[in-house]
Amino acid sequence: MNQYDGRKITIILIVCVIAIIYVVRLFFLQVVNSTWKEQATALTEEEIPLYPPRGIIYDRTGKMLVTNQTVYNLMVVPKKAGEFDTTSLCKLLRIKKEDIDNLFARARARGEFHRPQLLVEQITPSDYAAMSEQLYKYKGFFAESRTLRVYPQSVGALFLGDVGKISPEEYKKNPYYTKQEYLGKSGIEKAYEQELRGVKGINYAFRDNVGNIKEHAGDKEDMPATPGTDLICTMDADLQVYGEKLMQNKRGCIVAIEPSTGEILAMVSAPTYDPNLLVGRVRGHNFNVLNTDPQKPLFNRATQAQYRPGSIFKLAQSLTALQTGAITPQTRIHCNRGVIGCHGGHSNDDLEMAIVHSCNPYFREVMHRVVEADRDGSSRFKDARLGLEIWQGYIMQFGFGTDVHCDIPGVKTGSVPGVKFYDKWYGKEQWAFSTIYSLSIGEGEMLVTPLQMCNMACVIANKGWYVPPHTVKQIGLGGMPREEYMKRYQLGIDSSHFTTVINAMEKVLQPGGTAWRAAPKDIVVCGKTGTVQNAGGKEDHAVFICFAPKENPKIAVAVYTENAGFGGTWSAPVATLMIEQYLNDSIAESSKAREKTILDANFLDR
Amino acid sequence: MSAPRQHPLANVDWLTVIVYGIMVLFGWMNIYSAAVVDINPSPFDISQEYGKQFMFILISAFLALLVLYMEGEFFNKFAIFIYGTFILLLGLVLIIGTTVNGAKAWIQIGGFALQPAEFAKIGVGLMLAKYISNTKTRFNSWKPRFMAGLIIGLPAVLILLQPDVGSLLTFVAFILALYREGLSGNILIIGLGAVVFGVLSIITGFNRINYPFFGEQSGVFVLMTIVFVIGVIFMFLIRNFIVPRNRRKLYLITFLSTAAAIGFSYSVNFLVDGVLQKHQKTRIYVTLGLEEKEEDREAMLSDAESADAAAVTTKKKDDPGYNARMAKIAVGNGGLIGQGYMKGPMSKNKYVPERWTDFIFSVISEEWGFFGSFAVVALFVFLIVRIINMAERQRSQFSRIYGYCVASIFFLHLLINVGMVIGLAPIIGIPLPFMSYGGSSLMGFTLLLFIFLRLDAERLSVFR
Ligand SMILES: [Zn+2]
Repeated sequence: MNQYDGRKITIILIVCVIAIIYVVRLFFLQVVNSTWKEQATALTEEEIPLYPPRGIIYDRTGKMLVTNQTVYNLMVVPKKAGEFDTTSLCKLLRIKKEDIDNLFARARARGEFHRPQLLVEQITPSDYAAMSEQLYKYKGFFAESRTLRVYPQSVGALFLGDVGKISPEEYKKNPYYTKQEYLGKSGIEKAYEQELRGVKGINYAFRDNVGNIKEHAGDKEDMPATPGTDLICTMDADLQVYGEKLMQNKRGCIVAIEPSTGEILAMVSAPTYDPNLLVGRVRGHNFNVLNTDPQKPLFNRATQAQYRPGSIFKLAQSLTALQTGAITPQTRIHCNRGVIGCHGGHSNDDLEMAIVHSCNPYFREVMHRVVEADRDGSSRFKDARLGLEIWQGYIMQFGFGTDVHCDIPGVKTGSVPGVKFYDKWYGKEQWAFSTIYSLSIGEGEMLVTPLQMCNMACVIANKGWYVPPHTVKQIGLGGMPREEYMKRYQLGIDSSHFTTVINAMEKVLQPGGTAWRAAPKDIVVCGKTGTVQNAGGKEDHAVFICFAPKENPKIAVAVYTENAGFGGTWSAPVATLMIEQYLNDSIAESSKAREKTILDANFLDR
Repeated sequence: MSAPRQHPLANVDWLTVIVYGIMVLFGWMNIYSAAVVDINPSPFDISQEYGKQFMFILISAFLALLVLYMEGEFFNKFAIFIYGTFILLLGLVLIIGTTVNGAKAWIQIGGFALQPAEFAKIGVGLMLAKYISNTKTRFNSWKPRFMAGLIIGLPAVLILLQPDVGSLLTFVAFILALYREGLSGNILIIGLGAVVFGVLSIITGFNRINYPFFGEQSGVFVLMTIVFVIGVIFMFLIRNFIVPRNRRKLYLITFLSTAAAIGFSYSVNFLVDGVLQKHQKTRIYVTLGLEEKEEDREAMLSDAESADAAAVTTKKKDDPGYNARMAKIAVGNGGLIGQGYMKGPMSKNKYVPERWTDFIFSVISEEWGFFGSFAVVALFVFLIVRIINMAERQRSQFSRIYGYCVASIFFLHLLINVGMVIGLAPIIGIPLPFMSYGGSSLMGFTLLLFIFLRLDAERLSVFR
């Protein structure tokens, strides 16, 4: 024993103190603090999304309208490529040697030499099959599959809508998507995005320190993708094709709806384009071309164009007046052309004939009686306020000033001016009926969309109710439409009031009516012509709405032909040809001449 | 030296042998996990690290047996010869050695490379034991201090010439053994104080400060000024509160220590700023937490999420801050029970640097969790304490000193290797004994330990 034997304890103490410090540190690193685990996960884990195939869309007869096509993107990891036979590879891929050189140089400049680079985009399956037999020889080259939308019928571009890369705003709003994802941008593709897209799956993978992705061997279970739901849409492809043909060389639109169900049978916005133009490699270029086209082919005139309603609005006026008791079907009003003009030889029509003749003074007085009905005797200004409120309520029941609960994205509501509007415009109690009378004949501050016009035709065909117009008939083959498209919207107008209006509409297509030349043989069509005046001295817009047959109507149609002139001449034949095509599946010999006139007409330069 | 020779394996401390066996085999298991990347081939594949390590284990086992069958007296008698041989080898390596990672540290023999520095510790341990036990020194004069310094310093200088800073640092361990034999404890305290003061100097020196009159200068001058002011205050305190006869001595002590502190502070800073190369400097700064602040971590994480993570990763690979962080993330990722053997995402995806050699501890920590890392530290503490206890039971001073050398070396390796992985020590490349991959280090540590076990087995037959 000597004086230094106690130092053993000191040394053991030093060892133990250090060990305790280390163990405590380890405890904090491993057990207490979870940020290290988060960092490890962020570094090493990669969630590879598995994209399900998007749902297929069929027309109401089962024709495939939208489907998916697999294409292949040829990728290369420059670092892995090493030495290879450039000449034969270029021949195989049908590219130039410079393409590869440029790509490699670019990758090197960006410091992405070890990451996959896109060499050839969207190779078709048949081309890829030929290539793949040779491709294995080239190290670092591989193909990635992607699906694109294809439109076998090449119709209904705006009806079906398109699919495009997610925008920053959409990305911010919807956490489901990643920054690179594609989603429905318009039409059915957008409205039924949730059904069509299915549910993404997740493939958990590892990323190593240089960015290579490895299959996951860990504990997290991969999630398979759920394929998108197929849809049967309300469109009749043959009718849509025919409608697009009729509207060639014209600006305007056609909306056709089955009145009993609200199903949109056809929706043409002219000029139209082949939806296949906005797919894949050519999308960017074609989108620019279409977007800058002065004829605005990307603008859905059926749902987004807001026109003044014109004479067709007289139908809604008649029904409103009948319901409020302002007139009866027998009410005769003198055609006093002093305040407002008229046309044709008539002087003292009843309601039915006033509709047939589209008598302006008659309907001016009709609305006068609705709006100023002596509800407040103290002042006609106060009286007009009360009357207009009631009038607006009825008009909006037709769907005017609303989106008609339609499922098409971006439908415009138009506008039905009311008390608030005129109070703001002229000042409170500064206006009376005499100020706003142009509303009575569908001019003035009133704006409607062709879709709303067709909806009004449905209301009349159904004698007082409508099902909101919609584009999808079955969600999932054999499924149901959305719930809101299985119930009726009942207007507060008695069905008896419709008889006079319908009889008048029938007469419009009989000899002496404004559209009698457009009447097809053997089908009783009820319609109303309209001609919407246009600012700037251009030719009027030709408008026509109708439904057929008179008993148990199967189809309602609204047609707008911009700058074409008289509605009975240019829009009515389009509508009746559509009806013939839909009801008979063919065009009768007797209608061929009319068809030719329409097909030959060209209003694009007006 | 009289009693009839017992069986050579009698009296061997089998508990230590078992702990050694556990460590070596556990290390080999984890080397396999660290080195295997995709498929799981045979662990005996000689072309791979784990296959080689298996061979090193067999060789080491053979060496261990060989040592156990030798006579303990041999190591006492031939200590000078063994020491001299390793000094020669260290000299030789400077002439014919091959350079790996910037250090000329390897002697190529056939297909294998030996690293003499890993064996030199044995020579130094034996030589120190021999010198001290022969002279019975208590280190109270300058000559034995100088001699001990020479024994340690000679191989240290040769290693510095390679240069291999990591191996060099392990020679500090012998101070602990010398302390046990009577080296003044003040040296330990002064050493510790120097470390703290040195760290303070580096931290203050890291900042540039704009001084009045002198312009922008290193922040260390602030520290030096503070030390100077404290010295002056002490002088006043001494003048006012101390009886005159004691003043002279205290004045002198205060003056000398103030001057020494200022000089030390300046020279540390000069060394770091002026002498060290940039990457060495960065290592020190990273360890002290002066570089790679929180913003960098966030930037790195957002990089990792972006598409170019790989490019960033490659760029950061050679940066010691990156390595330190990856090791720490791997340790933290282990959690309480670990990610499972062969399942550590940070280890299997190659984020952990040098993962089968110097950073094997982070692989163990990730895959075996806190239980695993705690067990490894506990095993080492057990081994070290057991060796110390065994050393204390020796009748021979030679054996005791050598035992302390062995314990000290294991302790220093544990201190630095584990400390580096968990971010408490600078990134210095030294192996974790028995666990890190490497023939030289495994054989070196095996010889180091088993020579002591041999000596211990003979403790009863040695009279003095
Ligand atoms: Zn008239």
